[in-house]
Amino acid sequence: MQQAVHAPECPECATTVTLDEDARVSEIIECVDCRSELEIASVEPPKVELAPEVEEDWGE
Amino acid sequence: MTSIRSAVNRSATTTPAASPRLAVLASRVRFEEKSIMTALDRRGIAFEHLDPRTLFVASGTSYTGPRLVLNREVGHFRALYAASALESVGVTVVNSAAATHLAGDKWHTSAALLRHGLPTPRTALAITPDAALAALEEIGYPAVLKPLVGSWGRLVTRVTDSTMAGAVLEHIAAMPSPQSHVVYVQEQVAKADRDIRILVVAGRALGGTYRRSTEWRTNVARGAVSEPLAPSAEHAELAVAAAAAVGTELAGVDLIEDLEGGLTVLEVNDRVEFTGLQGAHGRDLDVAGAIADLLAAGTRT
Repeated sequence: MQQAVHAPECPECATTVTLDEDARVSEIIECVDCRSELEIASVEPPKVELAPEVEEDWGE
Repeated sequence: MTSIRSAVNRSATTTPAASPRLAVLASRVRFEEKSIMTALDRRGIAFEHLDPRTLFVASGTSYTGPRLVLNREVGHFRALYAASALESVGVTVVNSAAATHLAGDKWHTSAALLRHGLPTPRTALAITPDAALAALEEIGYPAVLKPLVGSWGRLVTRVTDSTMAGAVLEHIAAMPSPQSHVVYVQEQVAKADRDIRILVVAGRALGGTYRRSTEWRTNVARGAVSEPLAPSAEHAELAVAAAAAVGTELAGVDLIEDLEGGLTVLEVNDRVEFTGLQGAHGRDLDVAGAIADLLAAGTRT
């Protein structure tokens, strides 16, 4: 079961962001409210940032 | 002598004083990277998470970092140069810088496939947009113009006649990057509304999917739907040969079937995304686990 371990705010809309128990640094998550793509900058202490914009050479 | 510096996140199984033999290189931890990290943790395999945004390799000090790096960087150029820099200090990178060089550039991939005698759509490399117009006459319409580097179907354009092609090429000529002016022209193969993705791990076809789309581009990133596919011997043989042709240990090989059922290789992806494939197979296939097992074998050598 997923549990909230901390509650940072979305930098775009200030909604509380819930990190999963198994959250990892640099993980990309989505704000449940404004759907902004967020990057987990830190797990301890919890911090999220707006994820970088997609660049031209991104992909697989 | 050399040093390596990067923001490092160590796995739970790493003791603070020890530097693991293994690292996962990634600036974005997506489903794929997280699955692989979780699979490594479950196997008790210590690893570091290297963030290429803060990575540099410099001469002057002894290298003491990981000996094996899984390259999961989403940006092609970051992935390519990080792999090259790490290899310069003796690190083994999966996939190698040479493989990323070939797989990350559509022309280099085509050239490698042709060198190995593998079936691939008729392709021309035009060195200028003007030359591309002539190349299109040779290839025939409809044809597809693709950027040399890029993914997810971005800027891939289907042109159906010379008027349309001329307009597209005018835009290409106005793009700022000199590399953008080198135009990859490919025939559009008449095919079913699906293509095939085969995941190759260490010379074995691990699994596959059909990818269906209502539009002509069948990229999962563009909304294509993945359905499970058990690779046939023919799928497996061709995908494994294509992966080997570009030197990849881990690859997502895209095949298309022409209307007669013949197979041809469209792409080899070196930092393969497998969200669609994993979702299609569910518990029947453990892609991240297979990759973790490959890395575990690498850390023992």
